[in-house]
Amino acid sequence: MSLIEVTEVRKSFGSNEVLKGINIDVDPGEVIAIIGKSGSGKSTLLRCINGLELIDDGSIAVAGAQLLPDELHLKALRLKVGMIFQQFNLFPHLTAGGNVMLSQMVVKKTPKADAEAMARKMLDRVGLAHKYDAFPDELSGGQQQRVAIARALAMQPIALLCDEITSALDPELVAEVLAVVRELAAEGMTLLMVTHEMKFARDVCSRVVFMHQGRVHEIGKPEEVFANPQTPELKQFLGFSAEH
Amino acid sequence: MTEFTLWDIVRNLLLAMRWTVLLSLVSFIGGGLVATLLLFMRIGRGRFLRFVAKYYVELFQGTPLLMQLFLAFFGLGLFGINVPAWLAAGFALILWSAAFLTEIWRGCVESVFKGQWEASASLGMGYVQQMRYVIIPQALKIAIPPTVGFSVQVIKGTALTSIIGFVELSKAGTIVTNATFQPFTVYGLVALFYFALCWPLSKSSQILERKLNVAHRSH
Repeated sequence: MSLIEVTEVRKSFGSNEVLKGINIDVDPGEVIAIIGKSGSGKSTLLRCINGLELIDDGSIAVAGAQLLPDELHLKALRLKVGMIFQQFNLFPHLTAGGNVMLSQMVVKKTPKADAEAMARKMLDRVGLAHKYDAFPDELSGGQQQRVAIARALAMQPIALLCDEITSALDPELVAEVLAVVRELAAEGMTLLMVTHEMKFARDVCSRVVFMHQGRVHEIGKPEEVFANPQTPELKQFLGFSAEH
Repeated sequence: MTEFTLWDIVRNLLLAMRWTVLLSLVSFIGGGLVATLLLFMRIGRGRFLRFVAKYYVELFQGTPLLMQLFLAFFGLGLFGINVPAWLAAGFALILWSAAFLTEIWRGCVESVFKGQWEASASLGMGYVQQMRYVIIPQALKIAIPPTVGFSVQVIKGTALTSIIGFVELSKAGTIVTNATFQPFTVYGLVALFYFALCWPLSKSSQILERKLNVAHRSH
């Protein structure tokens, strides 16, 4: 059975239809890269899967449970699916450790000692055990993003959504974040990532989804999609991105 | 005819200044409490409560404080309630401060970056948890300088209560002038005393703003 089932999902902002009937099934342990031009709806799709945007039509199910737009169902969904953002969105008033502990304590009601142990473990996992007491503005962008990953992992999700998580980083900081993601993929975490890192998509992902004008235009294994694009749009997109 | 020394004038003004300070404190603290309530109505999810808080703020911001004082002083009298000046003054100033503080604080809550809402939501927090653990702590920090700055407006606002007969610094100035016939000296001293109250607050508001901005620089 698929872990995430996206069926005929439609979403409009005003009169602008951003998602025009999306179908994607994600199996446990799959790593999926969503690529496409800006405005193709890829970020919106991720945000819909996490319930940050409500869908107009179609359905999304995670581990068999339907996504319904009330606080109880949304909370249950978000405990299963973590999300990492382009802008990190760490809580600036809390230390790295505090960031990782907060939601465990207030959402899962984990006792403080256990939450702290988990925070240390997760920060160690992303290579930042020594930054436990640092505030976000004392960390580099790459470090902040790794804390954000630790924060999401501490909730023990069954899948992670990554929304252009390296796009706001200086080039030399991209690698350290991707290394963490690569490790997660190797450990069998289900990942759905919107990315512009084509090389990473090719090396790590099990499937690539090319979105164009609100539709899934092509989908397949990276070697097929990158080596043998079927549609002129994907050819153009890949040619365009190869120049960069 | 009695001669008044400068000390007589100063002493009487200082005695009256206690009431200015007390009225300012009551208005500011009382206004802060009412504003806290109004703020949660204003940014909360209840449509009706949001509507009430919004128009409360607009009503009090859209009418002069003097009219509000008159209405509190004379209006309640219409219902046969004999309102002493101090009560009307405190009542009107609390409601007036509440309106402005609500609007200041709403701005602070809304200036917290949208990503903070999304990140906390994606971690499974509900509205109340987001507010309590993520949004309010950040908004508080942003709110300190403008709130301290507004306290200056409250102090100056208390001067208007002299018109309904509350004897604070301004009213005492008028009374002393009528006895001494030295308006320039007396009102000069009155102005000086107001300045002595307000300036440290304005200054600390500026310093706080600079300090808190440094801590907030990367956001």
